[in-house]
Amino acid sequence: MADTVTMPKLGFDMAEGTLVRWVKSPGEPINKGDVLAEIETDKATVEVESGFSGFVYKTLVDQGTVVPVGTPIAIIAAPNEKVTDIPETGPSVIGEAVSSSKSAEQAPAVTEVIQTPAPVPPAIEHTFLRASPLAKKMAIEQGIDLRSVTGSGPEGRIVRKDVEAILAVEKTSSMTPTIVQPAPVLSKQSPVAVTPGTVIPPAAWVPGEIPADQTIPLARLRTTIGRRMTESKQQIPHFYVTHDYDVAELMRLRNESNKILPEDQKISINDFIVKAVALCLRQFPNLNTSLSGKDIIRHGHVNVGVAVSVEGGLLTIVCKDADTKPLRLISNEMRAMIGRARQSKVRTEDIEGSTFSISNMGMYNVENFAAIINPPEVAILAVGAVRQTPVVVDGEIQVGTRMKATISADHRATDGAEAAQFMQFLSTFLEEPMKLLVY
Amino acid sequence: MARITMREAISKALWEEMERDPNVFIMGEEVGVWGGSYAVTRGFFDHFGGERVRDTPISEAAIVGAAIGAALTGLRPVAELMTINFAFVAMDHIVNEAAKLHYMFAGNFVIPMVIRTVSGGGRQLAATHSQTPDVIFAHFPGLKVVSPSNPADAKGLLKSAIRSNDPVLFIEHATLYQLRGEVPDGDYVVPIGKSSVARPGKDVTIVAYSKTVDTSLKAAEELAKDGIEAEVIDLRTLRPLDTDPIIESFKKTNRCVVVEEGWGTYGIGSEISSRIYEQAFDYVDAPIKRVHQADVPLPYNRDLEQLALPQVETVVAAVKEVL
Repeated sequence: MADTVTMPKLGFDMAEGTLVRWVKSPGEPINKGDVLAEIETDKATVEVESGFSGFVYKTLVDQGTVVPVGTPIAIIAAPNEKVTDIPETGPSVIGEAVSSSKSAEQAPAVTEVIQTPAPVPPAIEHTFLRASPLAKKMAIEQGIDLRSVTGSGPEGRIVRKDVEAILAVEKTSSMTPTIVQPAPVLSKQSPVAVTPGTVIPPAAWVPGEIPADQTIPLARLRTTIGRRMTESKQQIPHFYVTHDYDVAELMRLRNESNKILPEDQKISINDFIVKAVALCLRQFPNLNTSLSGKDIIRHGHVNVGVAVSVEGGLLTIVCKDADTKPLRLISNEMRAMIGRARQSKVRTEDIEGSTFSISNMGMYNVENFAAIINPPEVAILAVGAVRQTPVVVDGEIQVGTRMKATISADHRATDGAEAAQFMQFLSTFLEEPMKLLVY
Repeated sequence: MARITMREAISKALWEEMERDPNVFIMGEEVGVWGGSYAVTRGFFDHFGGERVRDTPISEAAIVGAAIGAALTGLRPVAELMTINFAFVAMDHIVNEAAKLHYMFAGNFVIPMVIRTVSGGGRQLAATHSQTPDVIFAHFPGLKVVSPSNPADAKGLLKSAIRSNDPVLFIEHATLYQLRGEVPDGDYVVPIGKSSVARPGKDVTIVAYSKTVDTSLKAAEELAKDGIEAEVIDLRTLRPLDTDPIIESFKKTNRCVVVEEGWGTYGIGSEISSRIYEQAFDYVDAPIKRVHQADVPLPYNRDLEQLALPQVETVVAAVKEVL
């Protein structure tokens, strides 16, 4: 019995996705769980796994096509099966990644009788990549994009040694420490990125060693991040509220808890924050919302997104129903999702459905910062580092353990007072963290 | 172990098998008093007598037909056809009877028969006497087709062929009889249906059999001077075809040249290439190259004949093309 794979819905506001790449081609065998295609949503590029085993009978949309959620995109059939009722995809496909609404606005007025040829959607580019079967196999195994490889074979065919050359370069570059490399230093005052313990490059003026400018095309992930952040910063009236939390007790409790936990299951500060934020959001439903046109959608679920830096950008992984989950479950889920995100093995369910986001830069020793809201959410919490700092207690200066956090909120959905109350309420969990263990 | 010629190795195998099994006998044109057109059976007539070393009329159909009849009654005939070009007049007996009787009589009969014959060009015997149509016979299920490249294999494979209960076409190359090589003494047997690695290497796989193994080994020596290490695979048996060493080699080298003396169209190279594409497609780094006889009737003129046949230089050039 043949099965139809449809464009998955990877978030409550996802209406369509771009089919970036078919990982499996028609005729190829596929097992349940194998990656069938790569799909780009507003948030990220994700892999779509097959829910069925068999072989790819037919792909119904071309690469580069924007497809509405729920539209059939491929048929998986049993070996030797003949599929007769193939769903029609044509009319519902939106087309190339070009806004169709724009062309409607620019359509000539009815009175003008001008014979304008109907706008032809740009043809999908089917570029043939000349590479030997072995080179293709190696590229898949090693995760190399063959489009970036220059072929040395007849008619530019990419062959084994071309792929091996790329691998050799990657190996060398990954082994070279980035900072130890002597860089041209103009004067002793020149700022050099130095972290404690790093060998400072010798000050030297070596003419002719300044590298030339490089033009690097934006990767897909960077393009997506850029588009969404521009949209957010331009359209959302952000405001910011900063609060300083006394986290001495939180740090003590965390150290105590981790003493009795296995090495690979230690709870992080961020796990505590996820739980605390989730519990607060239950009390502040107005911040656990999405703006959609003229409506504010209050979400029943409290799904806390956490920004994770990955190679070439960042992804927001989502801890679902974090308000109802015990701390250790949150911690274990987060660890698994972060691991997958960093290994480019993120699952669709890992990044879908967040209702509020957290960006934590504590590990970089950042005191405080402001984050850009992740649309269509209405707020994001930026968390700084835990630090020792002088504080005044009962007129005495003491050493305190503090952590700053800043909420960025959408003024269309909420106001300063509400955000400030949220930040204040958050202290009742962060400063009395035992609540996080018993809730 | 003695260093003897291909002719002596074949002769020894025959002699030893006739000594070992009284059911083994030879028949063919001038195999008796004259000692065979390629002198393989010299001395046999005096030793084994006219009953077991039988001269025949000049009729290949009669030779093969009689051999099939003898095999059906339980003898183990070794029929000699002066050249494989004459096997065409015995074609019906070879492919319609020898290859099929076991099957058509539901396994009630076996045909323990060997047809020894001579193939290959290069001796200025002109178009009708210089062909290498080995692959035609390898097309038919029911027949085993063996063609050794060196004296040791010749002895070991001929013994296996004589002991086999299936009809075997044993093809000797006309220009290899003087080739010398180490041959184990005594009862040395090489199994039918096993390819071998004639020369190990890592850069390219050269598949050959019979005379072209010699050509390929010489080409490999030339290539080694340029730092190219070719692995040469000797098929030894065309049917049943053993592709295991080829696939194993190809997975290492990713490049292959198939060398055969016959014509390329529908040839050994086509078959081997297909098997590689079927079994090791993901290891292909360059198109597989076929080296074969020019697609013309083989010329009588010495220079033209050599030009039409695969040479060391053509193999070297083909290897450089796939590298």
